[in-house]
Amino acid sequence: MEMNGKKIIYADNAATTAVSPAVLDAMLPFYKELYGNPSSLYSVGTAAKKPLEEARAKVAKCLNAEPNEIYFTSGGSEGDNWAIKGAAHKMAKQGKTHIITSKFEHHAVLHTCAALEKEGFTVTYLDVHENGIVVPEELEAAITDKTGLVTIMYANNEIGTIQPIPEIGEICKRHGILFHTDAVQAVGNVPIDVKAQNIDMLSLSGHKLHAPKGVGALYIRKGIVLPNLIDGGAQERNRRAGTENVAGIVGLGVAMEIATATMEEKNAKLRRMQDKLITEILKIDRSRLNGDRVKRLPGNISFCFEGVEGESLLLMLDLKGVCASSGSACTSGSLDPSHVLLAIGLKHEVAHGSLRLSFSDVNDESDVDYIIEVLPQIVERLRSMSPLWDAIIHGRA
Amino acid sequence: MAYSEKVMEHFANPHNVGEMKDADGVGEVGNPKCGDIMRMYIKVEDDVITDVKFMTFGCGAAIATSSMATDLVKGKRIEDALKLTNKAVMEALDGLPPVKVHCSVLAEQAIKAAVSDYYRRRGIDPTPIVGEIPECEEGHCHV
Repeated sequence: MEMNGKKIIYADNAATTAVSPAVLDAMLPFYKELYGNPSSLYSVGTAAKKPLEEARAKVAKCLNAEPNEIYFTSGGSEGDNWAIKGAAHKMAKQGKTHIITSKFEHHAVLHTCAALEKEGFTVTYLDVHENGIVVPEELEAAITDKTGLVTIMYANNEIGTIQPIPEIGEICKRHGILFHTDAVQAVGNVPIDVKAQNIDMLSLSGHKLHAPKGVGALYIRKGIVLPNLIDGGAQERNRRAGTENVAGIVGLGVAMEIATATMEEKNAKLRRMQDKLITEILKIDRSRLNGDRVKRLPGNISFCFEGVEGESLLLMLDLKGVCASSGSACTSGSLDPSHVLLAIGLKHEVAHGSLRLSFSDVNDESDVDYIIEVLPQIVERLRSMSPLWDAIIHGRA
Repeated sequence: MAYSEKVMEHFANPHNVGEMKDADGVGEVGNPKCGDIMRMYIKVEDDVITDVKFMTFGCGAAIATSSMATDLVKGKRIEDALKLTNKAVMEALDGLPPVKVHCSVLAEQAIKAAVSDYYRRRGIDPTPIVGEIPECEEGHCHV
């Protein structure tokens, strides 16, 4: 990619992805001639209705769900809020007011759980250990006769670790507990089968898999009736009113279809890139890989470099044309380091020096080679001016 | 978050970086838990800061404010260096994003800490001259 004549390596695909040409081509007619409201009876409207339902079928197929179990939303946060608040309130009617989640969920889950705690729900936040993975036995041990809902992410957004979703699904089924998973990072990267994996609700977002921002879906297993998210018209089986984002939904359908069809080939390439990058970068003194080396998304790499602060690292990478992100607090405007890195047991000062690189099919091995060339120099430069590094190598920190 | 061009200039090519072996005063402020530590070294002759160096662990603003603050006190008389405010550092950098204002406060405090150390080494109690330098507590090291 080029910007102002400068080569740019986009290594932040976990933040968002570029809309792919195939997705954009599929969407454009719905901004031009097929602009009708799908709920209208005349041909311009009905012409939009059919592609909407086709997209629903495509999304369903990729998850091994039924089309009428897919509800289109504005994205991952909306799906998380709807599923968790809806399921919590539903289960509360049966006296089930306990929720189990993990310490390193996305804020769309954590803040939703915090809001429910204020309403009187109790929430257990499971440990994710040093490797960034929930232990199913610990989850089962946390279940009480009040537990109504478990919400565990499919794969972590910062460190990419993949959770034991089938095992958790099986436990929840056995105990008659609803199971929701935030699969925003996993969809399109990991094979998902909601039936085989006993998933009751699953949130996903389009812009993580080359569909546009502002569109996503929530899968809700047939038979689970959640309170309506938006009251109004009859869209989305009366549950989420509002004229559909037809172009976005069509784009999501195409993006899901492509991601699922190309997953194996894409992942083989991403795994090769990941292995090379991890091996080379870990040669840097006092660097560490965050999260399990194997049970992680193929496109995700998360490092910490002692004695270096994450924002400076990102700015230096940006000066070299590499777009990356950090769990560093400075980037989010808060002084606290990432809750994810603290949850896997990192000390504050180490968690400040984090770097997340996330690749997709827009990247190739030359990107990895370039990062391997510039990153060690940047770390060395920042350490050369860091009093903390000075203290670390002299054993004073 | 967007930094001014001036901030990026000082971040990309900071002035006065490095250690000073024969410093007359060394001050360190900040705390690794908060993600910022600044250490400043001064060389003093006839009450004039003839040389100044810094070492900083921190974000882009922490490095840029260190660079700017050292520029602003270099060659100054100690009494004038002590008049350096975080506002002056920010203005010289064409402003900072609100969440980064604390970096300019740290830079001001780092200079004061180095001057205090200079006085202490000469057996002079710095508090009446320099004033109190607040300890950086976890989560409270910003204004």
